[in-house]
Amino acid sequence: MIKPADWTNGVEAILYQSCAHCGQPQYFRRGFCASCGATELAEKQASGTGTVYATSVVTRAATPETRAHVPYNIVLVDTAEGFRMMAHGANDLAIGDRVAARFTQFAGRLVPFFEKSSP
Amino acid sequence: MSKAAELAIADAGLKRGEIDGILCGYSTVSPHIMLATVFAEHFGIRPAYAHAVQVGGATGLAMTMLAHQLVEAGVVRHVLVVGGENRLTGQSRDASIVALAQVGHPDYEVPLGPTIPAYYGLVASRYMHEYGVTEEDLAEFAVLMRSHALTHPGAQFHEPVTVADVMASKSVASPLKLLDCCPVSDGGAAFIISREPTNAARVKIRGCAQAHTHQHVTAAPRLSELGAEISIAKAKHESRVAMSDVRYAAVYDSFTITLAMLLEDLGLAKRGEAAARVRAGYFGRNGEMPLNTHGGLLSYGHCGVGGAMAHLVETHLQMTGRAGNRQVRDASVALLHGDGGVLSSHVSMFLERVR
Repeated sequence: MIKPADWTNGVEAILYQSCAHCGQPQYFRRGFCASCGATELAEKQASGTGTVYATSVVTRAATPETRAHVPYNIVLVDTAEGFRMMAHGANDLAIGDRVAARFTQFAGRLVPFFEKSSP
Repeated sequence: MSKAAELAIADAGLKRGEIDGILCGYSTVSPHIMLATVFAEHFGIRPAYAHAVQVGGATGLAMTMLAHQLVEAGVVRHVLVVGGENRLTGQSRDASIVALAQVGHPDYEVPLGPTIPAYYGLVASRYMHEYGVTEEDLAEFAVLMRSHALTHPGAQFHEPVTVADVMASKSVASPLKLLDCCPVSDGGAAFIISREPTNAARVKIRGCAQAHTHQHVTAAPRLSELGAEISIAKAKHESRVAMSDVRYAAVYDSFTITLAMLLEDLGLAKRGEAAARVRAGYFGRNGEMPLNTHGGLLSYGHCGVGGAMAHLVETHLQMTGRAGNRQVRDASVALLHGDGGVLSSHVSMFLERVR
């Protein structure tokens, strides 16, 4: 499978797949729709906006590379497009906050970073 | 593992040559593609059935369920179920944390630097948000498990802790603090599952069931659709045991939030009320529903697969009246529940003492 041109490969974008058959969005890239099995999937770019579903600020990291970044906030965001994703976020984020993504460097990798969007 | 296996076989009143099946847990310290046969050769047995099982923290009960089905089906007569690792001394604590974090998605989660406490911290934040549970509530479970561990000579921790101690302990991954997390431990456990009783300690598996809803926390369903509720409903139906019959509970407790959520998912407390039941002494040794009287993963210790198997060892001791100074009044019917991954894989099981 071709590597997606998104943050998992160093490109500033959040991509997802949308099933042409059942319309289900899916974030974890596959060659088929995990909901209905159809193989026709459209690749789409997410807007980068959503709502915070859960947060956890890590203060005890396990590798020297990640330890340099503590504290960092791991967040689950329910995107406007209807899929959930894990990302980094500002340390003051609370569940229910409306957020927008930018990108930042973490342990030598590009990662999505969510901040409160202006009301 | 050999020591635990030896003890289990002796306790069952069997000779090692009578063991014709073996199921063993996975190992993060000594991974191998054929762990069960490695152990069988080392231990000196030639079983008719052998393989390893890996379902994270649910592995011990999943192996027990499979062993039960194997002996019921007549495939083998006596299955040795065994697990153990030296996670504390066999590798660095960081290595354990890194190895375990790999349950995350390699492309979409692991690059973000989450740890197992962070996966559970995410779940905890949401659970607290939806059901009004507080950090002080979660701390009650750490205090309870520690109070139980104080009376077990094999437990890793023997110093009492208070809610204030838990609250003051170092943050690991919010809202979880050090004392909300199980330790990394050395250890092992084993049991024998047979079709017919082999000694006076007659404990029967009444029924068991599993549920697997996801692997990664990103793909987890909403809190009200997690696997514990599915597996307990199936296990109740299969075993025809009602929660009101249960006298002892052994529930997976990798973190305080795990225990709080599972108790409520299983129906041992109403939603958001498990901590109140801890405060009221409900889950204490002399309470209505004694829980993890050995101290659980939180304070007895967590050596991986063997850590969760210790819940069943303790349950068996309680059910057969051999728990010494930890003995509860009545453990005639027990509920056991294991969780693997991030509340991903669930096994529920009912045991009954047969006279």
